[in-house]
Amino acid sequence: MLSKKQLLTKGILDVAPHMLSVIPFGIICGAIGIELGFNPYLVYAMSIIIFGGASQIVFLQLLSGGASALIAITSVGVINSRHLLYGAVLSEYLEKLSFIKKLLISYLIVDQGFAESNKFFKKNKTEENLHYHLIGTGGTLWVCWQIATLTGIILGSFVPEEIGLKFAIPLTFIAIVVQDLKKMDHVLVMFVAGISSLIFFNAPFKSYIIIAPIIALLVAAFILRFKK
Amino acid sequence: MTWLSIIIAGIVTYFARMTMVAIVSRDMLGDRIKAVLAYVPSAVFPAIIFPAVFINDYGTFIEMNDPKIFGALVAIIVGYFSRNVIATILSGLFSYWVIIFIFNS
Repeated sequence: MLSKKQLLTKGILDVAPHMLSVIPFGIICGAIGIELGFNPYLVYAMSIIIFGGASQIVFLQLLSGGASALIAITSVGVINSRHLLYGAVLSEYLEKLSFIKKLLISYLIVDQGFAESNKFFKKNKTEENLHYHLIGTGGTLWVCWQIATLTGIILGSFVPEEIGLKFAIPLTFIAIVVQDLKKMDHVLVMFVAGISSLIFFNAPFKSYIIIAPIIALLVAAFILRFKK
Repeated sequence: MTWLSIIIAGIVTYFARMTMVAIVSRDMLGDRIKAVLAYVPSAVFPAIIFPAVFINDYGTFIEMNDPKIFGALVAIIVGYFSRNVIATILSGLFSYWVIIFIFNS
């Protein structure tokens, strides 16, 4: 049995390497907000209130491009709807928590934290207090995201676009799924998700980001049926 | 008005995070659904990776000789064999930079 502190530390260590991607992305995110001419307090408040990388940039870009608030809000909702899937996966491990704790810990569920904690949960199903690992991953991401976006807001236009730090984003996700390339069923699901995201890239409200996973999960259900 | 929009967008995002954690219990998900949910990472993350690699800032497809494709391939190979997140990200970034700074200058 691992102690709460050990689980928390493990969570922090498991997600720490992803900061190589999260911090540059946060800096870019803050800098874009300032470059688009938004109030710095407003740009920063998004990191606390929304706390969702790409959706924050899309929101500001839509508003500055003259889109209505309704369109901007809908886009954020659609982009972040993938968290419904993360929640469904994690619910199994967070079931024993009180309702209040469930409400609190949900705020910390983000892509990389979900991915790393889910990997840990699958291997350590019998551990108690598993949620401390999620607090470790989610808390680390939260703190780094706040510092990074603030830095971007302060640096503003000093952040150089052309060195291509945005490319760190797909790399962090490649690092998450790359080991599953050993399994043919996962390779097929990934391929379907990737191709679908390109096909539906121009669908309204950036909905490719949820349409593609749904198509891929339907394919996964199909694969499971054949496996039996 | 913008502040109000941010707060609403934040509430919507929070509900996406919280809903399933709060309402789903063990009995609600059958074995079959759980088996499908095991594919969630493989179904979601490529939908972020592919557009980030293959589509440029202007929403059009990149050329096949784009440095992003090379960087992504290097990251996949390094990540597959090293099982190391830091090595995966850095190898991808550096190979991408080598192409844009040395060969394109």
